[in-house]
Amino acid sequence: MPLRAKVASSVSRTAAALSRAAGRGDGSVIGGWIGLKIDPELLKHLAAGRSVALISGTNGKTTTTKLTVAALESAGRVATNAFGANMPTGHTSALAKAGATPYAVLEVDEHYLARVLDETRPRAVALLNLSRDQLDRAKEVAMMAQMWREALAHHPDVHVVANADDPMVTWAAYHCASVTWFSAGQRWHDDSWVCPECGGAIERAGGDWRCTTCPLRRPRPQWVVEEDGVVDPTGAWHQVKLSLPGTVNIGNAATALAVAAQFGVRPADAVLRLGSVTSVAGRYAQVERDGRLIRLLLAKNPASWLEAFDMAEAAPTLLSINARDPDGLDTSWLFDVDFAPLYGRRVLITGDRAYDLAVRLQVNGIPFEHVTSFADALAAVPPGRLEVIANYTAFQDIRAELDRVN
Amino acid sequence: MSTEDLRIVWIYPDLLSTYGDRGNMLILAARARARGIPVETIEIRSDQALPDSADLYLLGGGEDGPQALAAQRLNADGGLHRAVARGSVVFAVCAGYQLLGTSFFAKGAAYPGLSLLDLQSDRGPARAVGELHGVIDPRLGLPPLSGFENHGGRTHLGPGVSPLAQVTTGIGNDGTSEGAWRGNLIGTYSHGPALSRNPALADLLLRWATGAGYLPPLDDTWTDRLRHERQVAVAP
Ligand SMILES: [Zn+2]
Repeated sequence: MPLRAKVASSVSRTAAALSRAAGRGDGSVIGGWIGLKIDPELLKHLAAGRSVALISGTNGKTTTTKLTVAALESAGRVATNAFGANMPTGHTSALAKAGATPYAVLEVDEHYLARVLDETRPRAVALLNLSRDQLDRAKEVAMMAQMWREALAHHPDVHVVANADDPMVTWAAYHCASVTWFSAGQRWHDDSWVCPECGGAIERAGGDWRCTTCPLRRPRPQWVVEEDGVVDPTGAWHQVKLSLPGTVNIGNAATALAVAAQFGVRPADAVLRLGSVTSVAGRYAQVERDGRLIRLLLAKNPASWLEAFDMAEAAPTLLSINARDPDGLDTSWLFDVDFAPLYGRRVLITGDRAYDLAVRLQVNGIPFEHVTSFADALAAVPPGRLEVIANYTAFQDIRAELDRVN
Repeated sequence: MSTEDLRIVWIYPDLLSTYGDRGNMLILAARARARGIPVETIEIRSDQALPDSADLYLLGGGEDGPQALAAQRLNADGGLHRAVARGSVVFAVCAGYQLLGTSFFAKGAAYPGLSLLDLQSDRGPARAVGELHGVIDPRLGLPPLSGFENHGGRTHLGPGVSPLAQVTTGIGNDGTSEGAWRGNLIGTYSHGPALSRNPALADLLLRWATGAGYLPPLDDTWTDRLRHERQVAVAP
């Protein structure tokens, strides 16, 4: 490593430690920011000599990154980035902090994939899904797919692990020289009715899809979710015992196994390690309070609401909605989500924008009770499980409240 | 009207669907069914022919490219023009509203609209994003408009249409007037599920579409609370 990179790396670690010591956050971004100021090529230097996997997509990337780390750890030490720090500053901090490791698994914000591909020269990149985020529009989904496609064209040596069930992801990876396709299902279809190749209509039947006017169609996947397990490319089925809920996470596990296989880790070995992942940045974490077993699920866009419904058990469910800056000020997306899966459950609502949610649920025909605080919600439900699904700042509020009393 | 059901068509959800546009169709259907009116909701993609026999047509928002494509296909199809000539009701938001005019701006150029409303749209100096509130044309007999806007356009009304509302918060057409209406056609910059905060407007569309002079009231307690909350939020 050149001297400037060594200095930058060491300052980056120190800055991160100082930031933590000063109580100014966990230092997962500031260290990398300073390091990159000193040496703009620092990430490149830190990644050199490691076998790197990148994980990107609109949803599930934090969880899939954690599962991939767990799978790869059977082969050696793995550097990885903390939740939220999924841009180059976060990657730089993470690699500087980890010291020398044979492997790195990095969660990458989908907007930064091109740059991180250039700088980390990964062995494999996993592309999970693309859908609208609260602040984005459908057209930006197509733009993102286009950006991915161009970025991948510059890196024909990178092995791509891509979701065959998502037409946008498929199109982005369609012409890559080396691709492994996985099938993890797609619940959200509203951003992929129009073919990104030709503008024709995408037709779906069962799990299959194809363009009605051009040759783009679902590739045959080599890794497939089946029941509570995953079928590998040899046809062998591996039961997946996760500590995380929902079939969505079995899909994330399939992706992790497919990525790990690119590093020579056999699925039979990797699959045993996946159960060690119990909570991802506070998500899925269970907290007991006054006999209530509370589970927190973060839903940050329409697609991830559908996934949260899949993960939640049929128990009393609290929904909390805010519309602060990080959430987007506009609550219109509530009508993109079909809340019908909650029908028959006891539903409580809260948050800054509970009334928007109330109107939405009324149109959906879902009865609900409004409570003005998380404490009131706890008091309203009997002992036993309480599922909590919240958007970004509402989730943070509830986490903070649980931490305070703990 | 050839069938007993109230027929609501959502035009081109594959092109014009952002920010919960589906909501308007869901809300109209729910409010009609709550009065015992049977409803058929129909989604017509841009590669399908648009039926001209429905009672109520909805147009949603969209980006420049899809908006231009939608205008081209709707003009070529002619179904919406025939439906309007028959007296069908149209409710359009955002990009869909601009489409109803004689021309709109997309991808740096002016495109011909459907010329169903006497108005034209161009680009404004800055994007209008935020709460949009206004006093609705008293002839429509509705409480104030409450919504959210997110658009880069400005719309200039000709003598053949009336503004839907006078702006009290936000930009709308030009900072003064918001939306437009003529006959059974209404357009607004209040985007997405605009009817979620404006149930009286939803009921007006239903009365027009069914010919019913009166619809029994529904329990709108939660909507009233939401409207009040938003009104307080934008109060100076
Ligand atoms: Zn095609």
